[in-house]
Amino acid sequence: MSGEEALTARDAGLVACRRCTRVWPRGRERCGRCGARLVSRDPGSLSRVWAWWVAGLMAYVPANIYPMLITDTLVSRSEATIVGGAIELIQHDALGIAIIILIASVGIPIGKFVAVAYLALSVQNPARLNAHRRHHLLEVVEYIGRWSMIDVFVVAILSALVQLSVVARIDPGPAALAFALSVVFTMLAAQAFDPRLIWDRIEADAEADGPEGRSADEAGPTPRGEQA
Amino acid sequence: MTDQTDLHAAEPAELIACPICDALYRVEEPAHGERAVCARCGHVLIAPRRRAGMSIIMLALATVILTCGAVFFPFLRISTAGFGNSATILDTALAFTDGPLLVLSLAVLALIVLVPVARAALTIYVLSPLVFDRPAWPGAIQAFRMSEALQPWSMAEIFAIGCAVALVKVADLATLEFGPAFWMFAVLTVVIVLQDRWLDRWLVWNTLDREVARAARTARA
Repeated sequence: MSGEEALTARDAGLVACRRCTRVWPRGRERCGRCGARLVSRDPGSLSRVWAWWVAGLMAYVPANIYPMLITDTLVSRSEATIVGGAIELIQHDALGIAIIILIASVGIPIGKFVAVAYLALSVQNPARLNAHRRHHLLEVVEYIGRWSMIDVFVVAILSALVQLSVVARIDPGPAALAFALSVVFTMLAAQAFDPRLIWDRIEADAEADGPEGRSADEAGPTPRGEQA
Repeated sequence: MTDQTDLHAAEPAELIACPICDALYRVEEPAHGERAVCARCGHVLIAPRRRAGMSIIMLALATVILTCGAVFFPFLRISTAGFGNSATILDTALAFTDGPLLVLSLAVLALIVLVPVARAALTIYVLSPLVFDRPAWPGAIQAFRMSEALQPWSMAEIFAIGCAVALVKVADLATLEFGPAFWMFAVLTVVIVLQDRWLDRWLVWNTLDREVARAARTARA
């Protein structure tokens, strides 16, 4: 069989628990094993994804406008935004670090906004990437999302550490809070996404291609065994 | 191994559904060291390891000890022009004390200390009786559920990388040294990753199911 199509719990008139993978007869409201709420397909999933997505984007704007770090040295006081700080690093010949910071605080957040929006749109419209690709995209977004928090931690470390009375001190700017909120909101957006919606689309596409597309080879699938 | 009619006739308890793509399978426990993978989306469904329970408990204990140590020792020291300062994790978490930024302080403290320790404690609470083949302790199901829900919010390993970035950022401003807590955090990162790798969620839920029922029976008797 193609591997693209499979008998799903919904097709079998069952509902699966996404937390503990136990299967229950359709209509049951809570999982009898782990107590999670059961929904075959979460109808509110996309609305929640978009709500968190918009909140994340709104928090990301002040995160870039306001200063992230306020540095006082003997001679000067400077306020650095995320991008400003990276430019300063480039001027100090620390190109590698500047690139890491630009990727972590600009590239990844924007990439996440684009990826989550694309995934949410692809559920409602035919998508160019196949389900496997989109599933990988979602996994990457969920995995990488947390790592954006690194910038907030760096600000915290620097402000705790660099407190050298008059010589130098670093204090956090308001952008740190906005940036942290933006990271949390996009993490929640990715978590709200019901990945089963990605896979349902294939079934719908396959059915649209040919009504007999999925009957003969719908022998119950076997989970692949693998050497770890 | 099964045909479709067979899947339809099977008891729900004998089935497992992929949480990612909803594909339905009949449960067949793989041998130790092997993994059952969803044929459609590749999600790992069951991955038992020999003695995983005991190893995970040990790793969780290590997490608690390392985090407690890391909280109180300084992890970075800075010095320039005769002035010096060293920061502990607590100083770092409480760096944002300015008005609304206080919220951020509490959040950072939770993400790098409280959540990892809470997850480790919950894991020990859930797994200890199961490893010794005892009935599950009360509330084990809720405890495991909470531990799973907390997983993305446990960010100790991200903090460890943050230390390295901070180090390079102030390298030209002052001299920096790693304190003992930095190395504890570095080890902690590995421990936490292994702990998540080795945990077979399906096996824990399945065992909990059985042991909670057994605990209820013993309570009645």
